[in-house]
Amino acid sequence: MHLPPVPLSWYLILSAILFALGAAGFVYRKSVITVFMSIELMLNAVNLSFVTFSYQLRQIDGHIYSFFVMVVAAAEAAVGLAIILTIFKNRGTLQIDEVDSMKL
Amino acid sequence: MDTILFIVFATVAVVCAFNLVFQTHPISSALSLIGVMGSLAVLYLLLGAEFIAMAQVIVYGGAVMVLFIFVIMLLNAGTEKASSKSWFAQIAGLPLLLAFVAVLAFLIRSALPGALAVPTRAVEFGSWVGGSAEEIGKLLFTQYLLPFEVISILILIAILGAVVLAQKEID
Amino acid sequence: MNINFIVVSLIKILLVFGIFMTTLAYLQWVERKVLAHIQLRTGPLRVGPHGLMQPLADVFKLLTKEDLLPPYVNRFFYLLAPFIAVCLALITISVIPFGPEVQIFGVRTYMQISDLNVGILFFLALSAVSVYGVALAGWSSNNKYSLLGGLRSSAQMISYELPLTLAIVAPLLLANHLSFRAISDAQAGYYLGFIPRWNVFQFPFPQVLGFLIFLISAFAETNRIPFDLPEAENELVAGFHTEYSSMKFASFFMAEYANIVNITCVATLLFLGGWHPLFPAPFSNWIAPLVLLFAAAMCFFQGTQPARKGDRITFPIFGVAFLVLTLIFAVAASGIIPALTAILLAVFWFAAKVGLLIFIFIWVRGTLPRFRYDQLMHFAWTFLFPLALINLLLTALFVALFPGKA
Repeated sequence: MHLPPVPLSWYLILSAILFALGAAGFVYRKSVITVFMSIELMLNAVNLSFVTFSYQLRQIDGHIYSFFVMVVAAAEAAVGLAIILTIFKNRGTLQIDEVDSMKL
Repeated sequence: MDTILFIVFATVAVVCAFNLVFQTHPISSALSLIGVMGSLAVLYLLLGAEFIAMAQVIVYGGAVMVLFIFVIMLLNAGTEKASSKSWFAQIAGLPLLLAFVAVLAFLIRSALPGALAVPTRAVEFGSWVGGSAEEIGKLLFTQYLLPFEVISILILIAILGAVVLAQKEID
Repeated sequence: MNINFIVVSLIKILLVFGIFMTTLAYLQWVERKVLAHIQLRTGPLRVGPHGLMQPLADVFKLLTKEDLLPPYVNRFFYLLAPFIAVCLALITISVIPFGPEVQIFGVRTYMQISDLNVGILFFLALSAVSVYGVALAGWSSNNKYSLLGGLRSSAQMISYELPLTLAIVAPLLLANHLSFRAISDAQAGYYLGFIPRWNVFQFPFPQVLGFLIFLISAFAETNRIPFDLPEAENELVAGFHTEYSSMKFASFFMAEYANIVNITCVATLLFLGGWHPLFPAPFSNWIAPLVLLFAAAMCFFQGTQPARKGDRITFPIFGVAFLVLTLIFAVAASGIIPALTAILLAVFWFAAKVGLLIFIFIWVRGTLPRFRYDQLMHFAWTFLFPLALINLLLTALFVALFPGKA
């Protein structure tokens, strides 16, 4: 049994689907933590695109970019989770729509 | 073999991503995200990016997601409360869905042979291993030295920010 | 991918898996015996001669115990957690090399399941992810003691991963490679003809400090005393595995021992020269038969002055077994069969170093009291982490100053 190799665009389609799901989670979900996780999902989808393009061009610059994205995501998670902790301490809730004291 | 591996792990990734969006409990969502990250690491290996694959598991799986789970456990975050959504909000998502379907259709069309001006390569495991740790290190410390230094300062700032935020919370 | 490769790989996987599982089962017997002798007790004695059948009895006991599923747990994650823990712990052994490239029946192969280019990163990735088993077990049990155990464990494992990783980086600088095989091979040979070139004896900058930091962090990573706060019994009942029974409990137990074996294997490969012997070749070959001969002599001597009734029979039997082993190793040492020499001596030296480190793990358990939680965190962040950084900086400095030596 010999299957044909995987076309490159399949990887891009997968990346697009994951990005769309991340975006959907970002607007659809109410919990701060899940919204944050949706952002991470989008970043992951972008990383997949970077690595795929890197394969197409036979250059590893894409790998470097995705490495930078990872580092930024780690920094973002550290600060973001600290902010979530502070929100929970001050408001006692993790629902986004209940954090609305700036509303008129 | 390539095709089987791709289909299996792509399916896992998509199912986990769906699960992330539709589960109401944060822990289930977090575990689904770990599933996505793990299967993406395998796909990176198929694309010849061994260093990035391992960095993905170490940084995302071992550090970022552990922090998420730690915070969820610490705050004992329960299931999300469903809030009443207006029908307008539900309809407003429709253009976004249409745009996504259009992009997907374009990509699928480009998957057919001869659809793009640039010839795309087929992905075969082992035909190109560019992302070894050595090569990435070389590029990172020559051509990308400035971004690398800038990003280390970014991390330092993030650490300081996290410490300040967390300390305020203690007293 | 030819059929030869598949068959050889399958044989290697079966061999490694079989030996690994037996080691894990008997490690528990060894631990109980050593602890008992440290505390002037005798340890397991009833099942088989000197309690040697105890692991078998324990397995039976755990298999036949009632498998309790508490009604208040989060079922899916409760069942998933021990599975994650044991799988991740067992996978790591696949990148550990036990010896050099050998030739058996015309087939050349490495004494290793797979030689990854990024072996060290693979090990780090798995050990980073293995925290999920404990964290999920603690959370899904829906019990405050378990939750506290899980929280403690995740905080502790994240904190101690930093000094562990920084301690690993220094040998990587010296070897210039990320594969376990290359790192171990870089430590072959001897200074002045008799001092081994292991990383702990590395000439410009010996990695003694790095080795100690690695070992201390390893205690914390495997949740062992003095860092076993996740399962501190006088504070948390049994920590994250309070609610687990039967095989699920055994999975956590097995994962803990597997993690100990893995991390001592990695310590051996990174700092103690892997399978490379302590002395140059012609002498070192005869160390193994001599040690075994000494063991046999001890057995016969003990048999003449029995402390218990059965000893008059069992000790001579052990002595004969050791004599047979001595004979096999003597054949290997004389180099009549080259393949046997390569395999057995490499395995002997590797097992000796790993065994010594595991003994230190048990010794520490028998000696040191448990840390307090704030002391644990303080120790990691204000002492171990800066120390590891200094070690790394000094090593990097020496590598830069003496480019030819490293």
